[in-house]
Amino acid sequence: MGKKPFIHPYIPNSVPEVQKKMLEEIGAKDIEELYEDIPPELRLKRDLNLPEPLLSELELKRHVEEILNKNISCGERVSFLGGGCGRHYVPAICDEITHRSEFLTAYAGEPYEDAGRFQVLFEYESLMAEILDFDVVNVPTFDWGQAASTSVRMAGRITGRKKVLVADTVSPDRLAIIKNYCHPVMSVALVGHQADTGLLDMGDLKAKLSPETAAVYFENPSYLGFIETQGEAISAVARAGGALSLAGVDPLSLGVLKPPSQYGVDIACGDIQGLGNHMYFGGTLGGFIATRDEERFVMEYPSRLFGIAGTSVEGEWGFGDVAYSRTSFDGREKGKEFVGTAAALHGIAAAVYLSLMGPQGLRDLGRHILQKARYAALKLSGLNGVKIRFRSVPFKEFVVDFSGTGKRVAEINERLLEAGLFGGIDLTKEFPELRGCALYSFTEMTAKSDVDKLTETLRSILG
Amino acid sequence: MDIGKNSTLRNFHQAKWDEEVIFELSNPGERGLVVPGVEAGIEEIAGDGISSIPEIMRRKEPPALPEISQMRVLKHFLRISQQNLGADLNVDIGQGTCTMKYSPKINEVLASSKKASDIHPCQDASTVQGALRIMYELDLFLREISGLDRFSLQPSSGSHAILAMASLVRKYHETRGEGDKRDEIITTIFSHPSDAAAAAVKGFKIVTIYYDETGLPDIQSLKKAVSDRTAALFITNPEDTGIYNPRIAEFTELIHRAGGLCGYDQANANGILGITRAKEAGFDMCFFNLHKTFSTPHGCGGPASGALGVTKALVDYLPVPIVEFDGKKYSLNWDLPQTIGKTRSFYGVFPAILKAYAWIMSLGGEGLKEVARVAVLNNNYLLKKITAIKGATSPFKAGKRRIEQVRYSWEELTKETGVDTHEFALRMADFGFHLWSSHHPFLVPQPFTVEPTESYSKEELDEYLDGLRHVAEEARRDPETVKSAPHRSVVHKIDESTFDDPAKWAITWRAYIKKHGPPARRRERRTTS
Repeated sequence: MGKKPFIHPYIPNSVPEVQKKMLEEIGAKDIEELYEDIPPELRLKRDLNLPEPLLSELELKRHVEEILNKNISCGERVSFLGGGCGRHYVPAICDEITHRSEFLTAYAGEPYEDAGRFQVLFEYESLMAEILDFDVVNVPTFDWGQAASTSVRMAGRITGRKKVLVADTVSPDRLAIIKNYCHPVMSVALVGHQADTGLLDMGDLKAKLSPETAAVYFENPSYLGFIETQGEAISAVARAGGALSLAGVDPLSLGVLKPPSQYGVDIACGDIQGLGNHMYFGGTLGGFIATRDEERFVMEYPSRLFGIAGTSVEGEWGFGDVAYSRTSFDGREKGKEFVGTAAALHGIAAAVYLSLMGPQGLRDLGRHILQKARYAALKLSGLNGVKIRFRSVPFKEFVVDFSGTGKRVAEINERLLEAGLFGGIDLTKEFPELRGCALYSFTEMTAKSDVDKLTETLRSILG
Repeated sequence: MDIGKNSTLRNFHQAKWDEEVIFELSNPGERGLVVPGVEAGIEEIAGDGISSIPEIMRRKEPPALPEISQMRVLKHFLRISQQNLGADLNVDIGQGTCTMKYSPKINEVLASSKKASDIHPCQDASTVQGALRIMYELDLFLREISGLDRFSLQPSSGSHAILAMASLVRKYHETRGEGDKRDEIITTIFSHPSDAAAAAVKGFKIVTIYYDETGLPDIQSLKKAVSDRTAALFITNPEDTGIYNPRIAEFTELIHRAGGLCGYDQANANGILGITRAKEAGFDMCFFNLHKTFSTPHGCGGPASGALGVTKALVDYLPVPIVEFDGKKYSLNWDLPQTIGKTRSFYGVFPAILKAYAWIMSLGGEGLKEVARVAVLNNNYLLKKITAIKGATSPFKAGKRRIEQVRYSWEELTKETGVDTHEFALRMADFGFHLWSSHHPFLVPQPFTVEPTESYSKEELDEYLDGLRHVAEEARRDPETVKSAPHRSVVHKIDESTFDDPAKWAITWRAYIKKHGPPARRRERRTTS
């Protein structure tokens, strides 16, 4: 007797009779014969040592849910964590659309039978363009870190220069990504900030800007949460030095904050996770890049750029790739950086999100977040020994300085956790000068009662 | 449409809604969603929020987003979705190299849990033990599947994993004092374009090996290319041709002898799971696309995940953090002495990681091997049948077996009928099929690439074959119908003339209006035509 056949619901042709029939048609005696090109010494001569299969969907569900149940979600507690992964409300229709089989399971068809993905991503670009006030936006890349890195490399190619100046209040994660992505083709130097405001140190910028500087990169709001008010001046200094001005921005802030194009920025970038995407442990990021519609910029994008056009039928919209010859799909190593699968589905969520929000929704959201953050700042700053670190106005996050309380952030967060609160990100390791500080995030998902509970719990922890 | 009596082809027509662009649906004042105001008691203390913004940074004009009520937004995107073919709906075997397989729905259900979607990456490790365990165990599974010693789940796609490999290669040689000298990465022309492109981002000079008469990378060219400047070899096996390179161990040995590293592009490993591994072939690194071989859905082009594995000697170079397990608790380890740093914020594409984990748990070792065996069976079945279609050939190694896919050619058909591979593919769309050509450059003339995976039944493969046969015959009988296709898809022949013209291209709606003026409403457009 042979081994019992392995019939799996995912593999229709695992049925032995079907296999036999197909082998006959092929003219092979068994499947093994089809592997004739693989030398015996390269063959794995044993079974893979993996867990026994959970063939029944029910068993699989039980198993995975049992593991997932070890997680405690933000909804089960109160979270003040942000720092590049935001807990924002995801409208029901975003989930409805991103779960559609037609979008979820499609990949790379032509703009005919896959017209839908071209149109929806063109609309994504177009909606983002309105909030950013730029005429060109790419199909999403992996995350903000990648978008910032590519913005820097684009600037390097456009200017023919090899150095980038980065505001030192940038997210450490993003800085690490940018540094790796630039090395060894471009080099990265940091520009300091004003100790009291966190804003970019203009003197330091001017001192460090040189004829080799390709670009100045800053974030607005910064990773540390405050609104950078010197955008216009930073861009002017960069421009005067022959460099480009690059800014990373939070798209959710753009209902109330000035868009980057209006303070002289040449290339804007950022993340779309907050636009209709759940957090997923930081797994649903998506990066955008935006510029003016100038050939010298457009031709340096590595990403897909979907454009709109007519068809052979009057009045019918068609879509397709703009300037495809730029890409590595067309030119391999001669293309601009590289392109491939990235984060399209998150772009679809963002398109739905922005369509639902409209101008009023985005403004109301910005206003809500500003008020929440300001309320929280006022409450927290009333606690003994607690200070809000920077004088500047925050958008949704700010740095809480616990160094005057005699307690370490890790210790405070442990006590908060016991009380059912996820305290802010400990900045002690990320920024040596911010020892004893934590980054707190407030969104429309943060209830007033959450802020009040945080305040009272901290009061009891700090004594 | 003349479908033969014995054909299994469908009398298909794709949904076509003639749907507007979203901006055309805007009516001032309509709302799609209402954002709640802050709770009572906040405004009194915190003010209106807006006026706290320094004047210079306040937005003056609201963004010109469309204003549309909720159901109309829903309808718009549902209609557009219907104008897209997903793998769930078609026999998606014509998208070769992409491993279009079934993405099980149960995995979507599992990933929809708030226990997965509503967790933040900076939560205390004690509150995300489930997520960390899934990452750790997926790492263990991939170690076993590849034979390598450690995986990073951080790279966000296959191309991104190539970038990470190139970063590791650079750091490795730098720490050995050879960073400047070893500035060449060797790849092959039938490996993915990103093997060249992403490596070039890291400043490497790319040396591309072409193929010999058997379609395999030419080992003599490799021997000539290898030198003390060789930093690494990045190669696929089997390549896009589906031919397994039996001398692969000689390739890796040549590189090692010259002091280089070997990176295995296993974006698509679907035909060799449990059959042969990166380790035995002598690779130092490999990566798997979780959205290909490991079933996580392709999402119209991502999210994706390129799990990167390395041998012991390279673990210290991986991006941080990696997940550790001490027998009781899972934790993040940020302390890798030679780390390249980060390639992505946080830890990786968690939904893809979770779905790949669930897929492997459903199949086990025996199931993974069955996946590979059936993928290869299906492919060789198609090979036999497609090469029997007049006008289709499978260049290289005639009559020999292939692994998981084949790059075919319509060159003979084109010569005979004038119908090229692109026109052929657009006619296939009339029957609900994709057919993809090839990466550039087109080395195989009039190429098309088919990869059936394990997910399709023999009947479905036969249906697709009927599609190929029908269009090939039609190209002879009625080439104009093929050349003017599609006829039953979403849109007709797109005017591509603007896409390379800076004065006319329109990457956004606002750019379109600036360059071409506001379009007439749909109804008016029609009455004027």
